[in-house]
Amino acid sequence: MNNENTNSRREILAGMGLATLGMLGLSAAWQKLGGATAVTSNYDARDTSFPNVTLYTHEGEAVRFYDDLIRDKVVAINMMYSDCAGICPVATANLLRVQQMLGDRVGRDVFMYSITLQPELDTPKGLKHYADRHGIKTGWKFLTGAPEDIELVRYRLGFYDRDENIDNIKENHTGMIRIGNDTLNRWSMAPALAEPQQIMATINHLDPKAVHTHENLA
Amino acid sequence: MNTAEQTDRHDESIDAASHQSRRRFLKLTGTAMIAAPAILTSRRSRAQALIELPPSPPTTPWLDELPSTIEPLSQTNLFSGPLPPPQGEANTANGECGRTDHQRWSEFFGAPVIQPDQADLYELKANAHNDHVFHPHYPPQLAWSFEGRSSNGTVLYNPTIFARYGQPVIVRLHNNLPPSHGAGGTQLTSFGLPEISMHLHNLHTPSESDGFPGDYFSETKYGPTLKKEGKFKDHFYPNVYAGLDEFGGIGDQREGLGTLWYHDHTLDSTAPNAQRGLAGFYLLYDDLDSGDEHDSNPNALRLPSHPYDYPLKFQDLRFDANGIHIFDQLNPEGTLGDKIAVNGKIQPVLRVARRKYRLRLLNAGSSRFYEFYLVNGANVVQQFTYIANDGNLLPSPITNMTRVRLGVAERADIIVDFSRYPMGTQLYFTNRLQQTDTRGPKKVQAPGTRILKIIVDHEPTEVDISQIPNILRPVRRPTSDEIAAAPVRNWTFARKSGLWTINDRLFNVKSARATISKGSAEIWNLSNPSGGWSHPIHIHFEEGIILNKFVDGIAAPIPVHERGRKDVYVLGPNTRLRVFIRFRDFTGKYIMHCHNTIHEDHAMMVRWDIKE
Repeated sequence: MNNENTNSRREILAGMGLATLGMLGLSAAWQKLGGATAVTSNYDARDTSFPNVTLYTHEGEAVRFYDDLIRDKVVAINMMYSDCAGICPVATANLLRVQQMLGDRVGRDVFMYSITLQPELDTPKGLKHYADRHGIKTGWKFLTGAPEDIELVRYRLGFYDRDENIDNIKENHTGMIRIGNDTLNRWSMAPALAEPQQIMATINHLDPKAVHTHENLA
Repeated sequence: MNTAEQTDRHDESIDAASHQSRRRFLKLTGTAMIAAPAILTSRRSRAQALIELPPSPPTTPWLDELPSTIEPLSQTNLFSGPLPPPQGEANTANGECGRTDHQRWSEFFGAPVIQPDQADLYELKANAHNDHVFHPHYPPQLAWSFEGRSSNGTVLYNPTIFARYGQPVIVRLHNNLPPSHGAGGTQLTSFGLPEISMHLHNLHTPSESDGFPGDYFSETKYGPTLKKEGKFKDHFYPNVYAGLDEFGGIGDQREGLGTLWYHDHTLDSTAPNAQRGLAGFYLLYDDLDSGDEHDSNPNALRLPSHPYDYPLKFQDLRFDANGIHIFDQLNPEGTLGDKIAVNGKIQPVLRVARRKYRLRLLNAGSSRFYEFYLVNGANVVQQFTYIANDGNLLPSPITNMTRVRLGVAERADIIVDFSRYPMGTQLYFTNRLQQTDTRGPKKVQAPGTRILKIIVDHEPTEVDISQIPNILRPVRRPTSDEIAAAPVRNWTFARKSGLWTINDRLFNVKSARATISKGSAEIWNLSNPSGGWSHPIHIHFEEGIILNKFVDGIAAPIPVHERGRKDVYVLGPNTRLRVFIRFRDFTGKYIMHCHNTIHEDHAMMVRWDIKE
């Protein structure tokens, strides 16, 4: 995938209005508009690298999953969908407290991402509404993309169950925060509904700049 | 390969067709939503992403040998080194991490700083080394170990510690682990976090020395339940029996423990850190189980003793195509090992004398269960005597046993009499328990996999005078009055939104879900309502007694070897265990958790505290 394609997609996105794309289903729309296959990177699960697929932020920006979001960063990633009535709203509120505790470190030392499990319905614009409604500050990106790309990301990050019947229920993937440090190749997790301080502790454990894992001292 | 490609193309065409039809549907109806939005349907990605790790490269068995005797850790003189001797308060000024003060310190030592000959003093250094050989066909590679020294100064990796009731031990643990695994790694090879919290499973240990998961430390970082980072931590192991307050002296001898092990217990990272190698044995003796088969004390059991008392640590490991140890940090179910290392070696040989041996078997995880059989070359099952479960001597030995089943962290001490075999006999420890994922074992199937070869190799240098008495260590079973008076606490282990819960709640390292008065006793109902998972549940600090077992709600017999004291309770599918436990002598924070360390790292853990 080259930049030209990404750019033309972004222009088209801007021109068309995002809601229309959402109605069509993003994957089909990308195929139609970009003339490319839905899966925007060649990827083999036996390869341990992350798929470098193109995702779209709630601010309408096209980003490469590995190059722009993961590479050389400390990250905290959960999965959600905007009309999830289960634990998603609580998880989002919980992560908001983590964001508040991290303060200036968000977007500088620690990067927070929420990836939709329902890309067919969660357009960038819809995710922006969701972020605004929950009072999310800058530095925390909500992400959507072609469904096949989202699925690759979901599997790679470990938001899945080996039992296909359980795997097919989206809500089963909303309970975890995947926390990692790409520079050190270290990956851990925290429950999305754990005490925000405990989530902080896991983030801080993987962030070399943090000393005390339980408070925001960096 | 062709078939897979065809399948892929087929699926793609289905997906494309479904997109087209959805688009037509949307155009026609102008509807923004389609029904059943909460179901994922991307078959192609699933098939593509769920490819399992390939099996470890083949290894030719029986190329490497285990040492014929183990070398125990030698004491270190902590009065002459660069650091001051151990003290009750954390010595943060000299680089000790910010632990809580040692409990009952002055009672044991009478002064803030320890005096010579008051305790056995040891030093361990958690360290990385790049020369570990799991098997001659695999390259020398990285392993992490607790390093110590033998009496002649040789470096020992994860050495066995010999300890004795009534003789306190202090282990000064230095954390020398490097902050990173270096360049060129992947998430599969870079597992292991360099902060550590060393748990001694299952000593009657004051909580600040227990290796609580939040008490992890390094020179640059400290866990949520510590006060400061540090280079080292002193662990105070009083080596008193449970029942110190009730019985005085050094406690109730019926509570004696024998086969213990120390391992890393860092919050979120126990599986990778233990996989890296941070685990060793701590064998505890008293005047009953004295570790001396020549003992003239008439009370001594005179079981086979060192060097014929031999610990065996089993770990399931996985290797990549280059023979490098891997662990998938991003797989929610971790990595099931398909190579079994015995004391760090894959399919090794142990040469034994023609006499009785006490073999101490430990399942050191991460998640494989075993059912071991000792067989001869024709796979004929051999008999042995089973004397201890979870390190605790049974009231009497179980003779003519033929199998040892171990969940993660369970131990079994057995006595095998090799004098029954002609010189040169070859025997095999074989695992017959099938397991294909980390969720739990499947069925028992002969002939199984040969894990360890034993060669009856030489005559003993003297007549074997060790014995297996008919009475070992009496057990203090609770009286019916004690059972009737004990408060009942229910603990239900479940899975919710891909996470583990205990009583519907998530683990909180800072807050206890149960607070128990010191000196009291309770009945804990441990329930696993799931059909698909097995959980070896470990309760820190105190041994318990299984009162009842229920499977699918129906009373089930408790196996004979599980009728003594235990600290790991295997909850198979749809199983409930009713366990009687006392909480004695020390206060502070402790935990109960699944010892499938992959579940443990996914927060299948609960904190409970003892208060005055």
